[in-house]
Amino acid sequence: MTISNASAVAINAQGLYYKELNEKIRAALAAGAATVRVHSVNGQRYIGTGLSGNASLIVEGTAGNDLGAYMNGLTVTVYGNGQDGIANTMNAGTIVIHGSTGDTLGYAMRDGEVYVEGSVGFRVGIHMKEYQEKVPVLVIGGKAGSFFGEYMAGGILILLGLSGREGHPIVGDFCGTGMHGGVMYIRGNVEEHQLGKEVKVVELDEQDREVLGKYVGRYVGHFGGDAGEILDAPFVKLIPFNKRPYGNLYVGV
Amino acid sequence: MSFHYTTPDFIVDRDERRCTQCQICVRQCANEVHRWHERGRKVVHDDRKCVNCHRCVLTCPADALTIRKFPNEYRANANWTDHYIDSIYKQAATGSVLLSGMGTDKPYPIYWDHLLLNASQVTNPSIDPLREPMELKTFLGRKPDALSINDGKLAEALPPQLELDLPIMFGAMSFGAVSLNTMTSLARAAERMGTYFCTGEGGLHRDLYQYGAHTITQVASGRFGVHPEYLEAGAAIEIKIGQGAKPGIGGHLPGEKVGMDVSLTRMIPEGSDAISPAPHHDIYSIEDLRQLIYSLKEATEYRKPVAVKIAAVHNIAAIASGAARAGADIIVIDGFRGGTGAAPLRTRDSVGIPIELALAAVDQRLRDESIRHQVSLVVAGTIRCSSDVVKAIALGADACYIGTAALIALGCHVCQNCYSGKCNWGIATQRPELTERLDPDVGAGLAANLLKAWAHEIKDMLGGMGINALESLRGNRLMLRGIGLSEKELEILGVKHAGE
Repeated sequence: MTISNASAVAINAQGLYYKELNEKIRAALAAGAATVRVHSVNGQRYIGTGLSGNASLIVEGTAGNDLGAYMNGLTVTVYGNGQDGIANTMNAGTIVIHGSTGDTLGYAMRDGEVYVEGSVGFRVGIHMKEYQEKVPVLVIGGKAGSFFGEYMAGGILILLGLSGREGHPIVGDFCGTGMHGGVMYIRGNVEEHQLGKEVKVVELDEQDREVLGKYVGRYVGHFGGDAGEILDAPFVKLIPFNKRPYGNLYVGV
Repeated sequence: MSFHYTTPDFIVDRDERRCTQCQICVRQCANEVHRWHERGRKVVHDDRKCVNCHRCVLTCPADALTIRKFPNEYRANANWTDHYIDSIYKQAATGSVLLSGMGTDKPYPIYWDHLLLNASQVTNPSIDPLREPMELKTFLGRKPDALSINDGKLAEALPPQLELDLPIMFGAMSFGAVSLNTMTSLARAAERMGTYFCTGEGGLHRDLYQYGAHTITQVASGRFGVHPEYLEAGAAIEIKIGQGAKPGIGGHLPGEKVGMDVSLTRMIPEGSDAISPAPHHDIYSIEDLRQLIYSLKEATEYRKPVAVKIAAVHNIAAIASGAARAGADIIVIDGFRGGTGAAPLRTRDSVGIPIELALAAVDQRLRDESIRHQVSLVVAGTIRCSSDVVKAIALGADACYIGTAALIALGCHVCQNCYSGKCNWGIATQRPELTERLDPDVGAGLAANLLKAWAHEIKDMLGGMGINALESLRGNRLMLRGIGLSEKELEILGVKHAGE
């Protein structure tokens, strides 16, 4: 660990086991670092997991599983790709990934914002929930796999399809299965057979346009591009049919 | 009056000579069985709404009420019993999944009742717990492979442990399924008796943070109310994979029970369903389980033991071995007779295996693999009395969880209607006029008394076996004999038959 000044700390992650690396990160934050730059990251797990505060964490390399799990505050910027489980049950904060990520991004995320420049894997944004002033937001520049927003109970999912594998649809199958809260905005078109039976397509209104403008603006702020051009394309808005999809499933004996 | 295919389950018998028309029963019954009939100037009742919870019977100042099973029966038929006929009428009328509360009421074998404890005679005489010290102290958590000692002190710190004054904890019952007063009662009793209560998956109410040192916080697939402060609040964290009453089935708290307090604690909007799907959608392997376990350890800097709760199912031994290797410090096994606030009836009554067989199989498997010390075993799923606890310890458990027994101590009358939200005893409900019926000060005393009484009885039985520390009974199956069991059952339980 090199301490350049009191508020910015650099850590070389090369060859470090995650436990050791995360101890160093916690120690640097405890010592009052406002910015911690971790370089040569090669899949170490749990970076930023369980951390609270307003510090900034810069990750250079491939961030491992559960980056920012349970995280409460902090701004994490990854220059590289992310693996699975990023922003798992995240409570607050911002994660910006200059690359693509794996599966279950934003599982049960409750608040904060995640921006992914590229594409994401399967089961992304599932179980996201909102509550009072807490509204989690996921903005994905590329494409997403199946089960996007499954069991979603709140929050905002924005899928832009600006990049991603050629010939693949912008989102996989079973999109929004079991969804009972929140909203998804998908740029372009989604085939009906790809939708879960609990979601419906509705027209965007002024307020939706405002929400999209705000978060696409931030996406462009992180990764560049022309917000106007992105927003110019048609978007599909998906919401659940019902807050209580399984309300009539049971009868008492 | 609408036509029904079924008779009521119960009949309310009001002794008109005793009834003073005071209407206490009208006010006491949330099921609205009793009603004041203005024109007739008297209390009348609707048998069909009665769940036989005894609340009206016990609060009637004139002792005028008796609830009886409705006497009409179908023509005797060993195949088509009342239950199956009535169930079909109900499902034909609604097209819905049958739902019930509490553990299964079917007469499956209860192996506790087929196990007998030993006692000392003449040699190795019994110990009198009234005048000899008896040790029930229990530590839950991973034990090291070996101890290295320097100058009479441990050279390396032990992995984090839960310290229990007696081997009984209050099992997971979530806020939402039960009332805050219920949880407060159990939290205070746990604190008083030197043990723990588990939050269940509904988060930890602000008022309960003060009992954090005696709290096990749970993390389930819905992740309700899970955030860093919550994870830090308790003494241990439990990952819920499965529940004995409904293995393979998730949780589903209906929106009606998500009022302001539950909403705040679970961190979801008021009135929305709280859905916990059966699987954690990020766990598809032992490696994935390991990832969740270690994410929780990382989040709490390895200061708290992490438990994994699984339902007792057919391959439980292999599953438990996997959980141990995934890094669990404690494995909780919930037997198929275990309780629930709500479970699909057919699942509750048909899925899983008894805790006694699961425990014996898991303990043996972990010993065979030389990893028994790496995890503590906590068992649940109808621990009804102190001798069940003693038998569980002898079969290999480190401690037990009680749920239904604790609720009965608080007044539950096991009417199996927990899912309705109308619990007249103020336990499985969020309605303020009902929850206020359970005073947490009184409740804490009742639950603590139960533990105190059981601890005395456990000491008596231990002393009788000539054992003065519970540790010496752990996995000591020579202290058990089977009665009325087959060769195979004895083999799985790892005990000899009585007389051998």
